[in-house]
Amino acid sequence: MKDKTKKYSLFAGFIVILLLLISLPSYASSYRVIFVTNILMYVILTLSWVIFSGPTGYISLATAAFFGIGVYTSAVLSGTLSLPFVIIIGALASFCLAFVVGSLTLRLRGMYFTMFTFALVQLISNFAHWYEVNVTGTVGRLVLALDSTIIYYSILVVFCLVLLASHFIKRSKFGLALQSIGESEEAAAHSGINVTLVKVTTFAISAFFMGAVGAVMTMRWSYVDPPTAFDIRLSFMPLLMAIFGGMGNLFSPIIGSSIFAYLEEILTTKFPYYYMLLFGGAMLLVIVFMPHGIEGVFRKLQKNNKGQLSEKP
Amino acid sequence: MFVKFLDIVIGSLLMGGIYALIAVGFSLQYGVARVLNVAHGEFLMLGAFAAWSLFTLGGINPILSLVLCAPVFFLIGFLIHITLFKRLKRSSESLAVFEGNSMLASFGLMFIVQNLALIIWGAPVKGYSYLAYPISFLGAVFSANRMVTLVTSIIISVVFYLFLARTRTGKAIRAAAQDPVAAAHMGVSINKMLALCFGFGTMMAGLAGLLVSMTSIMVTPFMGMEYTLIAMIVVVLGGLGNIKGSFIGGFILGLVGTIVSYIQPGLSMVAFYLIFLLLLLVKPAGILAK
Repeated sequence: MKDKTKKYSLFAGFIVILLLLISLPSYASSYRVIFVTNILMYVILTLSWVIFSGPTGYISLATAAFFGIGVYTSAVLSGTLSLPFVIIIGALASFCLAFVVGSLTLRLRGMYFTMFTFALVQLISNFAHWYEVNVTGTVGRLVLALDSTIIYYSILVVFCLVLLASHFIKRSKFGLALQSIGESEEAAAHSGINVTLVKVTTFAISAFFMGAVGAVMTMRWSYVDPPTAFDIRLSFMPLLMAIFGGMGNLFSPIIGSSIFAYLEEILTTKFPYYYMLLFGGAMLLVIVFMPHGIEGVFRKLQKNNKGQLSEKP
Repeated sequence: MFVKFLDIVIGSLLMGGIYALIAVGFSLQYGVARVLNVAHGEFLMLGAFAAWSLFTLGGINPILSLVLCAPVFFLIGFLIHITLFKRLKRSSESLAVFEGNSMLASFGLMFIVQNLALIIWGAPVKGYSYLAYPISFLGAVFSANRMVTLVTSIIISVVFYLFLARTRTGKAIRAAAQDPVAAAHMGVSINKMLALCFGFGTMMAGLAGLLVSMTSIMVTPFMGMEYTLIAMIVVVLGGLGNIKGSFIGGFILGLVGTIVSYIQPGLSMVAFYLIFLLLLLVKPAGILAK
């Protein structure tokens, strides 16, 4: 009974937030809209990262690669197709790449997989750079910039989709399979789960959304080159944000990434010269003092409260 | 033809020396201290800037700077391990969690070091010239400073190898790498060994930076990442935690890099990654694994 009311109030709260987000361009300045677009970008990247890495425990650093593939696909197609098609093609390109990469590498365990994904970003970025210099003879490309409201709504749509996808994956048999893979791969295989297929498909699904965000964000930049499209920071950010927020439920990563994205925006605008220093410091503090994220802090507080209550006569 | 062949062999030896030094340091940090140090290249960058500052401002010979800077870099690494990674190790409930957390922490460290360098030295590229006159060997020509870097990096690696193999502390470090629990029972102070390894790793990155800066390369605050990746590739090539393997792997990668840049300049990094990917798929335990 109590669980049900809690569930409904959460759902109602979510609807309210969604309505506020939908009506945002009508009451906020365009600066605010861009600000929220940036935050949503990080939220989507974190949520899609958690879809795969949360339950399985494989630490992927390929986010920037899939994001960048979305960016480049969209930059190549911009002006030739309408926006929804560009986004879908960008997302599919990432999906396909993740499928191929995943089927090659998901046999690797632990840090090997992490290193592989780390190098993947650099491989694609370097190759794109070489290709541009030697084959097309350009560096970077110009993109038709779109109105910030259109970009905002596109991002919002992707956000809703990734949220729905995470929710349904979590509740389905598929999600259970993922969870059991994370606990013990051998046991999962013995209980009849096609371990490779489940892992590769989920990896590709999470890449799908990363590609979609990339495809949308291209329209904001108007100029794209390999270092901006395949920025290695985007690989570490979702991981950091997910750890900061916690990965136990859908809300924790959203809260974690919103706070961190907000912090990043503030730091870059207020302290452009010391931004990296401060941000790096914040990262260290979070990892050292909050290894279980905000979720862990709350759990600790709850435990303490309960302890005090029971001590009372 | 012969001269070209000789050019490639000498070029790869010169490049390989630096790669080997970076990789041995990285291997110590990951193989023993279990920190996948994404900031490894940043200490190389600091070393390069240290050499530049000492040379242009103080007029100090870069070879003398090597001796001066080594203890400083060692101390930086030692202190970082004691203040940061030791604490993380205590708060992480398993090795996998620690590896994830320490990698993220080193990423934060990378941000901090890069930004500090940017504040101190600024973004424009720096460089100096030291022993830049050409040496000719059977027709192949290279500059004298590169010979110095090769000899120095081999000396540092060999001395370190002997230290690991022969001394009591070296044996304790190897024991801590093989089986920390058993080593602790035998009276080895594990945390001290890990901090020592981290310190030595940082020292090697710094010294590699000093050597790299001699070969009239562009010194910028953003030069580190490339070397971190090279270190990572070499270490996988030689097997994680295998010091000898990292040393040999450095020279192999130097050879590959030189050959590829002869054929298609600009693609050597791509070739490195392809080797890396192939290796991870075919023989993730490294080329020396049985």
